Amino acid sequence: MATEPRDAAYWAKNVTTLKLGEVPAEAVNLNVTGRRVVGPVQGFGKMWQKTMRVELTGAEVTPPEVIKTWKAEFQRFWPERNWFYAPLAGIAPGEVALLNLGLPGRMKLSTGVLVLYADDESFTLMTPEGHMLAGWITFSAEARDVVTVVQIQALERTNDPLYELGYALGGNRLNSRFWIQTAENLARHLGVADPQVDSQVVCVDRRRQWSKAGNIGKNAAVRTFVWTLGTPVRWLRRPFTRRSTGDS
Amino acid sequence: MTEGSLITEVRELSSRASVIDLKGDVTASAEKALADAYTRASGKFTRTIVLNFSGLEYMNSGGIGMLVTLLVRANRQRQRLVAFGLNEHYRQIFELTRLDEAIGIFDTEAEAFAEADAP
Repeated sequence: MATEPRDAAYWAKNVTTLKLGEVPAEAVNLNVTGRRVVGPVQGFGKMWQKTMRVELTGAEVTPPEVIKTWKAEFQRFWPERNWFYAPLAGIAPGEVALLNLGLPGRMKLSTGVLVLYADDESFTLMTPEGHMLAGWITFSAEARDVVTVVQIQALERTNDPLYELGYALGGNRLNSRFWIQTAENLARHLGVADPQVDSQVVCVDRRRQWSKAGNIGKNAAVRTFVWTLGTPVRWLRRPFTRRSTGDS
Repeated sequence: MTEGSLITEVRELSSRASVIDLKGDVTASAEKALADAYTRASGKFTRTIVLNFSGLEYMNSGGIGMLVTLLVRANRQRQRLVAFGLNEHYRQIFELTRLDEAIGIFDTEAEAFAEADAP
């Protein structure tokens, strides 16, 4: 009889399209339900590997303790104006979380992530169609000598030409800054007084995948912008329409 | 060659195709072992690299990321990557991460070789 692989419990299973459970009233869910996840193979722009590492010098925490805290309070460590609505079951394989991200110019991006993989020392989030990035990001902790080291590593391409333009015009730098700040916030929370984040950004593939330019049809930023423009109309119509459930 | 807990062996199937046998754990710590195996498998006329996963015992998301970077490297050399020997669990992971859209998956070495040797 074949034995189950050691990693079997850590991977999401049987996910074809994303499904969300209960959505918080303040969250906007426009671009998640029914979407497929996308990896670097499906994205459009140059492929980047970003690695942010910080040593938790002076903090007496084991890698599993770090990951337990990180999973439980993921939103807490994000920079301001960005919201991660954790699934009710927490960060566990196959769960879907909703994200409302602040973009430059006070624009918003409503999207989500799938928890692709999660074990005691790491977890990985994968993006859906329409997200700014096609790829995954892994949050991990490991013991190195007597210090626990936290790492954030993303492998990503932008999803379409519009996002790629934004990335070239500063989005790439902002995205890196986002994860550096996250690593700093986590380290401070765990007791590191002056965290020093080592950041490496490598262009793994300079080619743009023009065959994927059509991804722009699902651009979540555009859809969120159009939805935002319609807010006054929805507000005026509210007394005359029955409250609906599902996507808000 | 052993790196971390991944053992790799390289076999030449033909002048145009080589196999990399993978045994053990495919994680980010096996990056050097896999990169070295790819270099050994990749001759002047190699057009297809066949990955044999029948000895795969463990893979995490770091391992999947490593396969993506290997794919980029192969594409740059105008080579194809194909795979065989994946059990149902790992096949599902390839489908979930949509890696199967870029790496052809076959049941047996003979099927992968037929694809590899196709003009």
